[in-house]
Amino acid sequence: MLEIRNLHASVQGKEILKGVDLKVSAGEVHAIMGPNGSGKSTLAQVLAGRETYAITKGQILYQGKDLIEMDPEERAREGVFLAFQYPVEIPGVTNTYFLKAALNAIRKHRGLEELDAVEFIALMKKKTDILHIDTSLLGRPVNEGFSGGEKKKNEIFQMAVLEPRLSILDETDSGLDIDALRIVADGVNKLRTKENATIVVTHYQRLLNYIVPDFVHVLVDGKFVHSGGKELALELEEKGYDWVKDHDPVSA
Amino acid sequence: MMSEMLERYKTHFDAFEKSMNGESTSAIHVRRREAMEKFLELGFPTTKHEEWRFTNVTPISQTRFHSSTLSANTGASRTQIEKFFLSEADGARLVFIDGLFSPEFSNVDKKPGRITIDSLANALKANEPAVEAHLGKTAAFDDNGFVALSTAFMHDGAFIHVPDSETIASPIQLLYIATGDSQPRVASPRNLVIVGKNAQVSIVEGYYHLRDRSYFTNTISEIVVGEDSTVEFDRVINESDSAYHVSGLHVTQKTSGVFTSNAISLSGLIIRNNVTVVLGGEHAECTLNGLSLGTGEELIDNHTTIDHASANCDSHELYKAILDGKSRGVFNGKIFVRKDAQKTDAKQTNKTLLLSDEATIDTKPQLEIFADDVKCTHGATVGQLDDEQIFYLRARGISLDDARDLLTRAFALSVISKIRIEPLRRELDAMLQSKLRLGRLEND
Repeated sequence: MLEIRNLHASVQGKEILKGVDLKVSAGEVHAIMGPNGSGKSTLAQVLAGRETYAITKGQILYQGKDLIEMDPEERAREGVFLAFQYPVEIPGVTNTYFLKAALNAIRKHRGLEELDAVEFIALMKKKTDILHIDTSLLGRPVNEGFSGGEKKKNEIFQMAVLEPRLSILDETDSGLDIDALRIVADGVNKLRTKENATIVVTHYQRLLNYIVPDFVHVLVDGKFVHSGGKELALELEEKGYDWVKDHDPVSA
Repeated sequence: MMSEMLERYKTHFDAFEKSMNGESTSAIHVRRREAMEKFLELGFPTTKHEEWRFTNVTPISQTRFHSSTLSANTGASRTQIEKFFLSEADGARLVFIDGLFSPEFSNVDKKPGRITIDSLANALKANEPAVEAHLGKTAAFDDNGFVALSTAFMHDGAFIHVPDSETIASPIQLLYIATGDSQPRVASPRNLVIVGKNAQVSIVEGYYHLRDRSYFTNTISEIVVGEDSTVEFDRVINESDSAYHVSGLHVTQKTSGVFTSNAISLSGLIIRNNVTVVLGGEHAECTLNGLSLGTGEELIDNHTTIDHASANCDSHELYKAILDGKSRGVFNGKIFVRKDAQKTDAKQTNKTLLLSDEATIDTKPQLEIFADDVKCTHGATVGQLDDEQIFYLRARGISLDDARDLLTRAFALSVISKIRIEPLRRELDAMLQSKLRLGRLEND
């Protein structure tokens, strides 16, 4: 589904990603872990099409197409979804209005009929039921005045409505208490299918107790230094990031 | 020696005077003559005048407008006019074509001894005592050439009289439609609204056009809000983009009177709105909201004055501008708090969204406070659309243009949502969106 080859990206002349390679297939969950400043969030933003990062080298293929050439909205319509680390507040635009505009833009792109108000409300109801989310959230302006937990839940709710093929969760666990974490993780697990894939970007192993990955990759200083199965996350938790920093992936 | 321009308006005035037969000796006409004298003395303001520093009206003074006072243009069909009717409105409606009352499209409401909603021309003919008592009394013309000129030609418009304890449930619609025929015309619509004690009324005034031609609307509204009364006055200015619109809204509020004005300026080459509110009785409350949408080379100038002349009054003011293309905005908000106006609570906010690098705004709060126990706040912000918000919307599949429109609409909504008349809110939202789209096409 996704293939990243030797990706280099920089911001204001400073190189952040220094040769990232990653292959994600349908049905898989990949966790990307790494210390602060290693480039995890940059990678997530680059995949979503953030223009503040310049891609200086490398390739990203998504479903066989060149992802780098696509505008952010085109990526979203093709099924790429980024759950933001810091969801943006948009006063004056209700969640319902926003999501209807987003969903219909995506449906139109896929050659599907746009949903009318009644169909859309029915869909919203269904999705809030699945995720156990309070429907009062729908009428509120996007993220405005939301608590940290509500913002993250809202990201997962959007994901449920938009049904992406490739979801990238950027530090979705940060700032969540254990109950909110469980709700978010349950939501992600319910949305998992054989057809879609998930990339979970996280600093801590905690979230991976709930969203169990097939692969774990460790990013240090803009490069993957280690990849393995879910047990790698536990090992990291136990030994800390210094362990991988000293641990040369080639000689491993 | 009189300039050619002044001569021209003098000739119009003489012809207007000749056309009125016996009325030329009336008290109202004495007011018109005084105003004409004043206009001949003042002329149009120039940018040297402090109040007109950012708004150059030379294009208005140089255009040879024909007077609409004498000849009505009747070349408008019902279908052309009906599309401007407020939907779901079953109240009174007064339609004016090129400034003159059009009975065939109107729906007057007269209950003898009670409510009068009729044209000012009819009220003048009927010698309504309220007209004589109030017309031209609240709109001072001694320092403003536009007010003087409009007063000299005051003749038609709306006359609304709501006596004590009357409530008019449905909004009254005042429709001013410029046909934009081959001659550039000047019209001087005049609204007089007298509301008694403990009464209630909502008025929607709209300025629309049939053709994209040049013309000049020089309008004045005088409103008296009686004790314990509630008045909402909504204005929609959607003139041709080659037209000039200068308006004066002059309001006097009595004790515990509540007045709200929502002024939406959507189109016009030069739009200048002057609003003056006098809080003349205790516990009066005034809310002024404004939204300007400038595209192309439009200039939209809002000058407001709130005069806290009595104690314990509140005023709230929110003016927003969205400026695209090479458009310019001006906001000047004066608040006077007189010596005896203790416990005044005044709040003024001005926010501007610049959609292009070439659009500009001049904003100036002007607070003059002579009382010591008051709360007065003001704030002005100027900004652009937020890149973070745009990226967030795009990352959910919404196109760049739609994301920009969505955020711009959200900015406007905080003003539009204050209008209590739901069909008007919907129509404004639709008009706003279509104008934003057109503005974008012009930019490309």
